Amino acid sequence: MVTAFRRVVKAGFVGFWRNAYVSLASIFVLTIALFVIGATMFLNQLLGTSLATLQSKVDINVYFVPDAPLEEINRIKAAVEALPDVAEVKFTSREDALAEYRERNKDNTIALQALEELDENPLGANLAIQAKETSQYESVARFLDEQRELEQPQTPIIDEINFARNKDSIDTLTSIIKATERASFIILGILLIAAVLITFNTIRLAIYTSREEIAIMRLVGASNMFIRGPFMLQGIMYGFISGVLALLLFYPLLIWVGPRTAAFFELNLFDYYLVHFGEIFGVLVGIGVVLGLVSSTLAVARYLRT
Amino acid sequence: MIYFDNVSKIYNDGRSAALQEVTFQVAPKEFVSIVGHSGAGKTTLLKMIIAEDRPSHGQVFFESLDVHRIPKTKLPNYRRKIGTIFQDFKLLPHKTAYENVAFAMEANGRTDAEIAENVPHALSLVDLDDKAWNFPSELSGGEKQRVAIARAIVNQPDIIIADEPTGNLDPIATYEVVQILRKINDLGTTVIMTTHNKGVIDEIERRVITMDGGRIVRDDSTGKYVL
Ligand SMILES: Nc1ncnc2c1ncn2[C@@H]1O[C@H](COP(=O)(O)OP(=O)(O)OP(=O)(O)O)[C@@H](O)[C@H]1O
Ligand SMILES: [Mg+2]
Repeated sequence: MVTAFRRVVKAGFVGFWRNAYVSLASIFVLTIALFVIGATMFLNQLLGTSLATLQSKVDINVYFVPDAPLEEINRIKAAVEALPDVAEVKFTSREDALAEYRERNKDNTIALQALEELDENPLGANLAIQAKETSQYESVARFLDEQRELEQPQTPIIDEINFARNKDSIDTLTSIIKATERASFIILGILLIAAVLITFNTIRLAIYTSREEIAIMRLVGASNMFIRGPFMLQGIMYGFISGVLALLLFYPLLIWVGPRTAAFFELNLFDYYLVHFGEIFGVLVGIGVVLGLVSSTLAVARYLRT
Repeated sequence: MIYFDNVSKIYNDGRSAALQEVTFQVAPKEFVSIVGHSGAGKTTLLKMIIAEDRPSHGQVFFESLDVHRIPKTKLPNYRRKIGTIFQDFKLLPHKTAYENVAFAMEANGRTDAEIAENVPHALSLVDLDDKAWNFPSELSGGEKQRVAIARAIVNQPDIIIADEPTGNLDPIATYEVVQILRKINDLGTTVIMTTHNKGVIDEIERRVITMDGGRIVRDDSTGKYVL
C-alpha cells in the first residue's frame, strides 16, 4: 500500500517532467483561468467596499421637539434599536446638536448672532438611524410614523422624520446596489463556468495524448487506481503551480493598481492583497487544485471505463 | 489450462468473421505454436485469452474461470497471471526499457528488492543490458521486441502469450528467444506463441495449430509447418 503510493507519486512527478510540454500548456491555461477568477474576486471586493461606504452615508434622522422628555426619546431609541433591520442608532443630545450647529456655522456670524438672541437652546435632540440594507429604510420609516401617530396630539415629541425628503435618493441607491450585485454575480458565474470548462478541456486533451499508454497499462495488469494515481497527482500539481503563478502575477499588477483603486474606491487593493494573502492563496490554490484534480480524474475515467 | 468453447468473433464492421467456431484446449506446461496466413485470426485468438476483446459467440476459460465473465475490477488481477508479448510491442513511450519492465512488476505489487534483482536479470536474458536506459523511440524494432519479451517473462507468470515474438529479430536473436521460451517452458510455464517462421516451428518440435480464415484447420501434436 505504502509502496504503491510511493510509486504513484514518483510516476506522477516523472510523468510531469517527461511530458513537460503538455504540463506547461495545462499550467498556462489553468493560470489564466485562476487569474481571471482572482481578478473577478478583487473587483467584487472593490464593488462591495464602495457600496458599503455609500450605504453608510445613508441614514434616517428623527428630530425631536426641544422639550421632548428624555425618557420618551430613550424609549423610542430602544424600540428602534430592537428592530431587526436596524444596524445602528446614534443619539445626539440637545447640547451636542447645538455644538454641531455652532461648528457648522462658525463662519456665519448672522446665524450665530441669531442664536445668541435666544435665551434658550432652540434645537432638539435627534437620532441617526442606519439600516442594514438600504431597502430596509422603508420599513424603519413606517415604524417611526406609527410611533408618531401614537403620540398625544397636544404634546408631540417627534418634530420631523427626514425619510420622505431622502426617499428618492435612497430608492435610486437601492436599485443601483441591487443591479450591480446581480450583474457582478452573473459575470462571476459566467467567468467561473468558462474557466472550469477551459481547464477541463485542456486537461482532457493532455490525457487524450496518453490514451494509448493507459490502454497498455491495463493490458499489462495495472489496477485502475495505479493507472489513475499519477494523472491525479499531475492534476494537483498543475493546480498548485497555477495557483501560485496567478498569485505572483497579481503582485506587480496590484502594486501598480493599488494606489489608483485607493483614490477611486477608498480601498487600496494592494493592501487588501497583503492583509488577506493567506485567504487569497487558499482560494486560488484551492480552486486550482480541485479543478486540476477533478478534471484529470474525470478525463482518465473515460479511458478506464470499458 | 485454456479452453476455447466454440468461439467466434465478428468485428463491428461485420464483414467477415476473424474467428469461426474455434474449439481447442491447452494443457498446463504445453508449448503451443499457432501458424497461419496473415489475417487468419491468430492475434484475435490471443486477444480473447487476455480479455482485450470479447468473443461474439462462445466462451473462453482460464482454468475454471470464464474469462469474459471476470468483473472489471478483477481483470487486472487476472492479467497479471499472464505474460503477454504483443505483436506491436505495446511499450510505454515515456518510460525507459528498464522502467517498462519494472512497471509490470510494480503493477504486480512486487517489492523494490525483487524489482532491483529481476529487471536487470530479465534484460540481460534478452541481451539488452546496455540499452536499459533508452526510451522505446531510441530502440530498433528488434530491441523493442526484446524489451517486450523481458516484460512478459519478468513476473514469472503461469502462462506466456507471445504474438510473433521473433517477427523483428535476426536469425541469431530468433534462436536465442526461442531458447528462452523453451527454457521457461521447461521450468513449467505454459507458452502459446504465434509465428510465421518455419524454422522456429521445426526447431521446437511441439504442438502446432494451423489457422485459416478464422478456423482451426490442423492441430498436429509435433511440429509441422504446413501452409
Ligand atoms: N479491430 C478490428 N476491427 C475490424 N477487423 C479487425 C480488427 N482486428 C482484426 N480485424 C480483422 O480480423 C482478421 C484477423 O486479424 P488478426 O489480427 O487476428 O490476424 P493475424 O492472424 O494475427 O494476422 P498477422 O499474421 O498479419 O498478424 C483480419 O481480417 C483483420 O482485418
Ligand atoms: Mg497478428
